[in-house]
Amino acid sequence: MPRLSAAQRHPVRFRLNGEAVEGIAEPRMLLADFIRHELGRTGTHVGCEHGVCGACTVSIDGTMARSCLTLAAQVEGCEVRTVEGLAPEPGRLSVLQAAFRRHHALQCGFCTAGILMSLDVYLRAHPAPTEPEIREVLSGHLCRCTGYAPIVRAAMDAAAELSLSTRQEDVRYV
Amino acid sequence: MKPAPFDYVQAETLDEALAVLAAEGSDARVIAGGQSLMPMLNMRLARPKVLIDVMRIGSLARVDDGGDRVVVGAGVRQAALLAWPRLAAKLPLIALALPWTGHAQTRSRGTICGSVAHADPSAEMPLCLIALDGEVHLRSARRRRVLPAGDYITGMMSTARDDDELIEAVAFRVRPGRGCGFREVARRHGDFAIAACAAIAHADGIRLAVAGVADRPELRDWPDLEGDALDDALNAFAYDLDARDDIHATARYRRDLVRQIGRDVIDEARRCRV
Ligand code: FES
Ligand code: FES
Repeated sequence: MPRLSAAQRHPVRFRLNGEAVEGIAEPRMLLADFIRHELGRTGTHVGCEHGVCGACTVSIDGTMARSCLTLAAQVEGCEVRTVEGLAPEPGRLSVLQAAFRRHHALQCGFCTAGILMSLDVYLRAHPAPTEPEIREVLSGHLCRCTGYAPIVRAAMDAAAELSLSTRQEDVRYV
Repeated sequence: MKPAPFDYVQAETLDEALAVLAAEGSDARVIAGGQSLMPMLNMRLARPKVLIDVMRIGSLARVDDGGDRVVVGAGVRQAALLAWPRLAAKLPLIALALPWTGHAQTRSRGTICGSVAHADPSAEMPLCLIALDGEVHLRSARRRRVLPAGDYITGMMSTARDDDELIEAVAFRVRPGRGCGFREVARRHGDFAIAACAAIAHADGIRLAVAGVADRPELRDWPDLEGDALDDALNAFAYDLDARDDIHATARYRRDLVRQIGRDVIDEARRCRV
């Protein structure tokens, strides 16, 4: 049974956006801080640090999770995804990100990384969401700029586009 | 807003976790999903010297359907219980209340037992456990004991757990044929309840349990009251709860919620009683 001492920093290894990463952390280090300060991926934002605002939301093993309520040590061996992993290639936005841009679903962008991660996880599991379902997912996030309406529109539009492209792929491959 | 330093122990078996708890006592805290404890650590309202992570203990991650009771282990996440196919048939009240417990982003990691251990007066799982005459299964290196939920929760975030004990599981009673209803009012769906009401309608009467108003969930049992008699009973209960004003709502507003949504959930429970 490993006991990690408070006084030392210990190696932490997991996969981030499909790539093996490693860093060192005190046991008390939050996953959010590990991703930002140890690994230098600052796309994930930190607002309240007690689970309320949703800015720090990432995907851990395919589920949405607060990286401010998770210790870096707890994701040893896990598959973590952050906003940096959404774009298919540099200079191209994912369908969801492009919909956010079209619908002006962000202004300052502070909340956006977390919201994109929640919606990305949700849309993978629920390709045909209803608007109340999207609003329920968004209830775990605070946005102080947009008033949410454009975010809901962007999510619905992205879902429609995604299901269309899957259907076209089906046609292409049968 | 960063936790104070602690040692971190990832227990692989229950015995390992119990041994550390026995050695460290009140200096240790058990962490499961962390969705209640991590905010306490970040705000330094809790400063344990050792954190014992129990999520790698396979034997705790089980939902046991024992016919007349469902036993939920300490490693069972809220999202996992919500996805359990028999939930609505076995524990309809939990099926109604769980979607109100935190947000999808916290249910994915938070556990049922962790919420009970934290004993927040406005939390849904302690409320339901009390409403369903549930039990808390406590374990230490010394002994094993089972407490009725009403004895386990002693006040605001305070419980009858000894320093060397951890919650191994909670057990909910299954009672077919009873109707139930659940509703809560919060500033935002998934936030802490200003008032949450759970009702149960059975052959001989009704039960109403309320969270978010007193310093722990409270319940009342009544015969099948109707009309003015029910209003009077709800009003007396609302006053007994000794509501207080806070930043979210006045005491008067909370009493009104107990009267209004209390009646709504009782009606809802009666409609689905068989
Ligand atoms: S920073 Fe994690 S929820 Fe606000
Ligand atoms: S875009 Fe500014 S907080 Fe959401």
